[in-house]
Amino acid sequence: MARVVLQTDVARDFANGRSEIEIAATNVRQLIKRLDGKFPGIGARLGERTAVAIDGEIFQEPLLETIREDSEVYFLPMIEGG
Amino acid sequence: MGKEERPFKTVTAGEKRGDYRWVGTRTIRPDGIEKVTGRAAFGADLHLPGMLTGRVVRSPHAHARILSIKTDAALALDGVKAVVTAADFPELDPKERGAGEAPVNFRDLSRNVMARDKALYDGHAIAAVAAITPAIADRAAALIEVEYEVLPHVMDAREAMKSDAPLLHDDIFTKGVDPKPEAASNVAQRFEFKLGDTDAGFAEADAIVENEFTTQPVHQGYIEPHACVADTTEDGTSTVWCSSQGHFMVRNFSATVCGMDLSKIRVLPAEIGGGFGGKTTVYLEPVAIILSKKARKPVKIVMSREEVFRATGPTSGSHARVKIGAKKDGTITAAELTMEYEAGAFAGSPVQLGCMTAYAPYALENVKTVGYDVVVNRPKAAAYRAPGAPAAAFAVESALDELAREIDVDPIALREKNAAEEGTQAAYGPKFQQIGYLETLTAAKTHPHYSAPLGPNQGRGVASGFWFNIGGESSAAVHINEDGTVDVVTANPDIGGSRASMAIMAAEVLGVDIDRVKPQIADTASSAYSMLTGGSRVTFAVGKAVCEAADDVVRQLRQRAAKIWDIDADAIEWRDGEATKVGATEGGTLTLAAIADTAGKTGGPISGKANINASGAGPGFGTQICDVEVDPETGRVTIVRYTVIQDVGTAIHPSYVEGQLQGGAAQGIGWALNEEYIYDDDGRLQNPGFLDYRIPVASDLPMIDTVLIEVPNPGHRFGVRGVGEVPIVPALAAVANAVAAAAGVRMSDLPISPPKLLAAIEAAR
Repeated sequence: MARVVLQTDVARDFANGRSEIEIAATNVRQLIKRLDGKFPGIGARLGERTAVAIDGEIFQEPLLETIREDSEVYFLPMIEGG
Repeated sequence: MGKEERPFKTVTAGEKRGDYRWVGTRTIRPDGIEKVTGRAAFGADLHLPGMLTGRVVRSPHAHARILSIKTDAALALDGVKAVVTAADFPELDPKERGAGEAPVNFRDLSRNVMARDKALYDGHAIAAVAAITPAIADRAAALIEVEYEVLPHVMDAREAMKSDAPLLHDDIFTKGVDPKPEAASNVAQRFEFKLGDTDAGFAEADAIVENEFTTQPVHQGYIEPHACVADTTEDGTSTVWCSSQGHFMVRNFSATVCGMDLSKIRVLPAEIGGGFGGKTTVYLEPVAIILSKKARKPVKIVMSREEVFRATGPTSGSHARVKIGAKKDGTITAAELTMEYEAGAFAGSPVQLGCMTAYAPYALENVKTVGYDVVVNRPKAAAYRAPGAPAAAFAVESALDELAREIDVDPIALREKNAAEEGTQAAYGPKFQQIGYLETLTAAKTHPHYSAPLGPNQGRGVASGFWFNIGGESSAAVHINEDGTVDVVTANPDIGGSRASMAIMAAEVLGVDIDRVKPQIADTASSAYSMLTGGSRVTFAVGKAVCEAADDVVRQLRQRAAKIWDIDADAIEWRDGEATKVGATEGGTLTLAAIADTAGKTGGPISGKANINASGAGPGFGTQICDVEVDPETGRVTIVRYTVIQDVGTAIHPSYVEGQLQGGAAQGIGWALNEEYIYDDDGRLQNPGFLDYRIPVASDLPMIDTVLIEVPNPGHRFGVRGVGEVPIVPALAAVANAVAAAAGVRMSDLPISPPKLLAAIEAAR
């Protein structure tokens, strides 16, 4: 199962403060869908305003990126620059 | 102390590297002749028949309710063709939505373009006019009558956070706090990132340093003011010429603010005279579009320098409280940072990025950062080179300097002891892949600068910095012309040399001479979408698209050669710019020009394209060494010597990379020593010009030495990492640490201007 880490405010707003969750998923879309099943409403939040780091690599606006069984997945704010 | 040294590569001028023919060479810049001869066309250079001049009427108040706007007298003036106010723009939903780099609140953006109910800062746009001459436009602007109810204002984040502070918006309820507040506030959001247990970590520490640091808002300081021309025709379509960091961004933002379909607006990019993040949004373009729509004539608007200072940028002012604990051997046991950033008149400072970057160079088990995004009566903060990171690094890297003194450890050795490397969990969460921070420290430690003797009243400081670097949606096309020359078409304004690096990468993949490759920048109707130029993304992400488009061309060239030779394409390899028979059919080549010459017979034009969402951007780290001399009689600081060391992945064009490193450091030095906005008690800006707002000029600085460390990014075929953001990050603290060494006083409030430093020196005597 992948280890998923949520931002503090997302965890508080949707997951009773649980920022680390283990969940099985093969890609980001499936992961968000399963998180939403567990924590209703979180899917819309994660689908709109976050980037995702999968095993250290950051993806902006991810959807179908592969998640391995032992992946570490961090939901992060989208990163802008100058 | 110090970890095992790993081999790394440094680039020296003129060195030819690896098996590459063009990557890493210093080719002649494609825009050089146009720039030095004055032919390059910038935002203000376009002239159209019948074009009108636009002028913007701006608030003289820092905070005021707009009771009425009377435009009759202005409209009655002979030669005036149109007047607009917020009433001419649609009221937008406040919900944030994706728009390229990050979500945008288009209601706020619209209200920044044209104030609706309240003026929220000195310089806020209230109305605009278009007239047949500049003089008439000036007179018409003066005839706009605005009735204000002046309100109390607040300019400082900590003041704005107080419960009795003047409230800018009645619909901001602080996000990210529990319980959710019932009262409106100037604090838009609280952010928090943490690993481990900092209380336990501090309990293990032999030494703890704590301090507070403040930085002032600073402007991006681009030389070219904002300028645009819009021509809106009777069928409701608009053509816009402007300089920006992204013409697709201009199209998207302008269309949304004006309530138009994207397909109704075509944006053509002009050359850009600097942006540094400040041209990643719109100010004038929607105004010009609506003025042109009402006047049925093209409208040009060019900001004065005063308008640039009063109404655009800056980056946030900040306050930070930092606490770091360590063992005697230098191992950091815990680190905390709490910061408040001034967002300006609308929510959205880069404090979250400050929280994420502050401790990123270090491998820490116990770390916590907290940030507050606070609205104040200043212009809405805009992105500025590594948004949010320099102020955070100023606090952390200054505190590390104090810690090194406290435990009597060399400052580079302290950083080596705690440096992040491959596999380190970043303070903001994910584990780093291949990075080159340690290599920058090793290079700094062994650089002649670090051991050079210092003179009287001189001191040396070091500091490090980090930036994520990003990828994102990018497009590119590579067209083979009939004579075998190559057009490389991308859709990103060239701010830091991207045309040269795109041409180099295309030439490398195609195996052709660089002189046969012409990079072009296409407008929004001539290219697929590409995110704006920013975030140190273009050489990496758009470069990736160029490489893929060139691969597409190579595949087609092999197929065309196969048709000419009547053999299978698998029996052909592309070598050194030629199709070459291999295997059983070995022998014989066809040049690119020969294949292009017969393209009509083999299937028509040859052209490759790539539309991608690039991932795999490699993070960037840098370390800087600064020597200063302090005049103890006046408090004046002179930069004596400066060295910028950075992991650049692979330098596609080393001269441009060196320029980025020097430019970033120079801007950081200005932030540290000179730059600040001066407002009077009424919140009116007193120094809106380069005479009184002092950015460093060439005579203020020594030649800044650069060391390019190349730890290739595995996410790019040539190993590219973004380079533009990192070099501004360490500079504030590098200067402040050098001043502390030279003068014996810690300057925790920027800028370190002569009166402030002199007062600190005298207080310490």
